[in-house]
Amino acid sequence: MLARDADVLRLRTAEGEVSYSPAGSASPGDWITVVPGQEPQISLAFSGGDYPDPSSEVFRLPQARLDGLRVRARVLAEIRRYFAEQDFLEVEPPTWVRSPGLELHIQALRAEDGYLITSPEFAMKRLLAGGLQRIYATARCFRSEEEGPQHALEFTMLEWYRAFACLEEIIGDTEAIVSRCMMAVRGRAEALVGNRAIDVSPPWQRLSVREAFARWAKIDLLASESADELRTKLVTAGIAPGTATAWDDLFYLAFLERIEPALAELDHALVLYDWPAPLAALARRKPDAPHWALRFEAYVGGIELANAFDELTDAEEQRARFRAEQDERRARGLPVYPIDEKFLAALREGLPPCAGIALGVDRLAMLAHGAEELRQIAAFVGDEL
Amino acid sequence: MYETSDIRKGLKVLMDGNPFTVVEFQFVKPGKGTAFTRTKFKNLLTGGVVEKNIRSGEKLEPANVEERAMQYLYKEGEDFVFMDGASYEQVTIVAETIGKDHDLLMDNLECTVLFFNDRAVGITLPNFIFAHVTATEPGARGDSTGNVLKPATIETGAEIGVPLFINEGDFLKIDTRTRSYVERQKE
Repeated sequence: MLARDADVLRLRTAEGEVSYSPAGSASPGDWITVVPGQEPQISLAFSGGDYPDPSSEVFRLPQARLDGLRVRARVLAEIRRYFAEQDFLEVEPPTWVRSPGLELHIQALRAEDGYLITSPEFAMKRLLAGGLQRIYATARCFRSEEEGPQHALEFTMLEWYRAFACLEEIIGDTEAIVSRCMMAVRGRAEALVGNRAIDVSPPWQRLSVREAFARWAKIDLLASESADELRTKLVTAGIAPGTATAWDDLFYLAFLERIEPALAELDHALVLYDWPAPLAALARRKPDAPHWALRFEAYVGGIELANAFDELTDAEEQRARFRAEQDERRARGLPVYPIDEKFLAALREGLPPCAGIALGVDRLAMLAHGAEELRQIAAFVGDEL
Repeated sequence: MYETSDIRKGLKVLMDGNPFTVVEFQFVKPGKGTAFTRTKFKNLLTGGVVEKNIRSGEKLEPANVEERAMQYLYKEGEDFVFMDGASYEQVTIVAETIGKDHDLLMDNLECTVLFFNDRAVGITLPNFIFAHVTATEPGARGDSTGNVLKPATIETGAEIGVPLFINEGDFLKIDTRTRSYVERQKE
């Protein structure tokens, strides 16, 4: 509780009442930090007079939020430094497109007669087909229906692609970027999740999705079993499938109940590789095991930080997969987005063998800051808008 | 029926025939996949908490539960009689439903009574009650820190910890959630 008469502040805290005559004066909206046994500290978030109405509470932010924004800026600066050293070209893909991605679980935001991007992937690959070999972008992306501590409608995605490269090089980039960002902000190759330190020094441990299911869910995942068979495997493993009948819903239910909690326990970063082919619509299949795709995800302290593909370059297979996604969208009553013909044309022209990745910059800043919610490192999100 | 997007704290749903209220929820989406709402539910009858992952698109059945403000009137044998101040309707609630807080009830106390399928299944007391001390050791002068507690019986019958300076007849503010002393009141 805070009472104010004349220039004396009286604070009633759990430790008792504290009286305080500040050297300056405090106004409504100021932040007061009380440490037992010490003078309360008043911080004026914005003390300058450059704002139209400095007394308005709208212009005052808590110090913690300002710190979060500084961390975010450091992370972005370190990302750009890394790619400059690696001789990458920074590109700015369009935010408004006619055809967003078709992935089943990602819903796009309608804008005029097109959509806002859910990822800059198609434009980036067209640039690769056009002759660029090492490119990156920090793109604002939009995904409808996503809101939570680690999800926001609008977010910043870092994507980078290497032509004539495979996932191994992308893993190396990821390890370097994440550990360097932590060094830049925290002075050590350690991410912070809540109060827990997570080791991100390279090289990261690796585990296949199949091994993860065997170890943590006691499920022998073949990726070739039918949805019915997978449902039976879940039941045997003690996971109640509820009304889930689709293969992907069953997979993600088991993932959420058994794999994610185990990932959250790890005190080091992990590369989770080889995903079931149906869950990687833009990735190449493993030549020797066609039910699995060349995809990996990077997990730090249980937070899904990045997703990478060894990119599919076959235009006809890509078209068939888009059609299948459209059919599935139609069957589930989801909006059916048009196929990006210019993207397919670029694949036909010739996309070099390449690998690429999407990394959540907001989540990376969270890990550098020890934030547990996006709002701690974003200017304004969710109900603040 | 409720959609996953309807999930928020306090939402009352029916699962396996039992009424539950949402106490915590979080949007999750593992591995670019299906969206779920990881939800903690409290059973309104037993107080037990369960966690479930509700897939987007799944439906939840609303529970027929209602909260009504009612006054406690009197004890009748082992039962407790409450009255709706608006309709004057009276309901008798058995001791088992009242639970451990029966000894904090006092005449005319405004409580919240929870009905499930029109049957009273629980009560919530106001956060604070004001009651006299009916029995305690005599007060010790000089100690006003309130750090050391002694037992005291209040007029509702409950025994709570109070500071040493409290005397019989003192009028106290009591937090019913923690069953603890807050402060001495002037009458």
